[in-house]
Amino acid sequence: MTSSQHSTATVGEPALVADGLTRSFGDRVAVDHVNFSVGRGEVFGYLGPNGAGKSTTARMLTGYIAPTEGRAVVAGFDVAKSPSAARRHIGVVPEEANVYADLTVRQNVLLMAELHGVPKSAREQRCTELLQTFDLESRATQKGRELSKGLRQRLMLCMALVSSPQILFLDEPTSGLDVASTRMIREVITRMNRDHGMTVFLTTHNMDEADQLCHRVAIIDRGLLAAVDTPVALRGRVNSRRSVVVKFAGTGAAPSDLLPRADLEVETLVDGWRVYSPEPGPLAQHIAARADALGLRIESLNTLSPTLEEVFVSITGGAHGHA
Amino acid sequence: MATPDLTRDTGGEGAMAEFLRQARCAWVIAKKNARVYYLKGPVITFGIVFPLFFYLSFAAGHDAPVSVMVPGIAAMALFFTASAVGPLVTPWERQARTFERLITSPASLSAILAGDIGAGAAFGAALSLLPLGAALMLTSAHISATLPLLAGWLPGAIAFSSLGVLMAAPATDTPSQVMMLSNLVRLPLIFVSGVFVPHAQMPQWGQWLSPISPLSYCADLIRVGFGGASYFGVSTDVLALAGISSAFAVAAHYFHRRARSRLL
Repeated sequence: MTSSQHSTATVGEPALVADGLTRSFGDRVAVDHVNFSVGRGEVFGYLGPNGAGKSTTARMLTGYIAPTEGRAVVAGFDVAKSPSAARRHIGVVPEEANVYADLTVRQNVLLMAELHGVPKSAREQRCTELLQTFDLESRATQKGRELSKGLRQRLMLCMALVSSPQILFLDEPTSGLDVASTRMIREVITRMNRDHGMTVFLTTHNMDEADQLCHRVAIIDRGLLAAVDTPVALRGRVNSRRSVVVKFAGTGAAPSDLLPRADLEVETLVDGWRVYSPEPGPLAQHIAARADALGLRIESLNTLSPTLEEVFVSITGGAHGHA
Repeated sequence: MATPDLTRDTGGEGAMAEFLRQARCAWVIAKKNARVYYLKGPVITFGIVFPLFFYLSFAAGHDAPVSVMVPGIAAMALFFTASAVGPLVTPWERQARTFERLITSPASLSAILAGDIGAGAAFGAALSLLPLGAALMLTSAHISATLPLLAGWLPGAIAFSSLGVLMAAPATDTPSQVMMLSNLVRLPLIFVSGVFVPHAQMPQWGQWLSPISPLSYCADLIRVGFGGASYFGVSTDVLALAGISSAFAVAAHYFHRRARSRLL
């Protein structure tokens, strides 16, 4: 799924609002007057380097810590004024596993169902459905401590989803997971959003993940919100990073033989090179024509848009890898 | 960003509905605590083994009459067992990060602490029936006034459990640090409570300090339950236990809230 395929985001009363949200720890301002709103049914990615203020923002939105200034509105409820009402509408999956090690898988899920007031008649059925969805049914009687990291992550999603929340907070949900667990989790996020209109607030350091899953992405750096937009629009901000990748069959050629100008930025690849240009289409045509004239065989010639990773590096000044 | 006021209040469902919801959360948390923490080693050690040998080491060599010894054992067992769970739950939950899970659930901090107090009080009130039952079977002691005994037993368990939860407030995720602090507070409270030495035989300073210990009032009521005389008066005992429980619970809420922001 690409971001352009999303269609469930709705206009109207936002699911989440960060209104001048600020949090200081002593003299250090961790989050500085951050403003954004997340529409109902939107998947919203929140990116930033380590210490940028991602988790602090998420913790203020979930009511775990109070803002020093500003306010957080969740599902229409001011988190400071009506914390319990706001939390009834959210499910939270933190980065570090926090399941009860001494409770079984089923007991962990049922505990959250009870805390969220899921009616007794629906609790067991909902729990069973989720355990089936996440392929945990055969482990229902295993203790939390007996699960691998991937299985614990799946269990945490079951615990977050058992109350059918309007808004799901996910903090690095696939960090360090195997491919199968990662795919399963991404599929469920997509399905919950598409089929149930669930709003998702996702912090991640995985740019591909943000690109695949999110309608919009915010980038926070040193406590300040640097950008909020769709992945497509964000990529459009760094047009200079559009490029042409050319790969040769057999003997290649020097860039100077094929390029129209000498000042273009060139990156050498194993069997070809990548040239950066704001207008890659005409450049590709020029390269093809020159190669033809020189009798060179081109194996592939592609124009590439900048990746979200490049956008991130451009905005945060190269702090990528520590989002 | 100028944001229109989109917020609603708690949905107009009323304070009673919210109170009932939080009461249910407290019940769920108390059940969870019982399931997860009752059989943990430190709870057994500090709640059962420690007070048993503590009292026996005192009683051995003393020719204490049954009328003094049995209420004393019962009160001290209640004091230790009821205050054993509370100090450990929060540090354990902080360590395992499950405290964050509770805080981001619909349960308020009050409901979480009420659940902790409830679990501790139930643990103490139920488990202390064992030494009480054993004493009734093995000695000539007998219950002569049930109401004062119950008035000491249940409010006492709540007061001691509240004390335990208050002790868990410091911003640490290390249970051993909390247990050290807990014993630092609990042991002096025992010495001035009249459990070991009857109030009348205490030095003057002991008699002055005795009213600050919740165990003094609880032990007094249990003593009356076994046919002994009250030192403070039954009504005073009951009111004092209720007041101390409330004070501990309010203080626990205040300090836990402060600790939460300091830990982050």
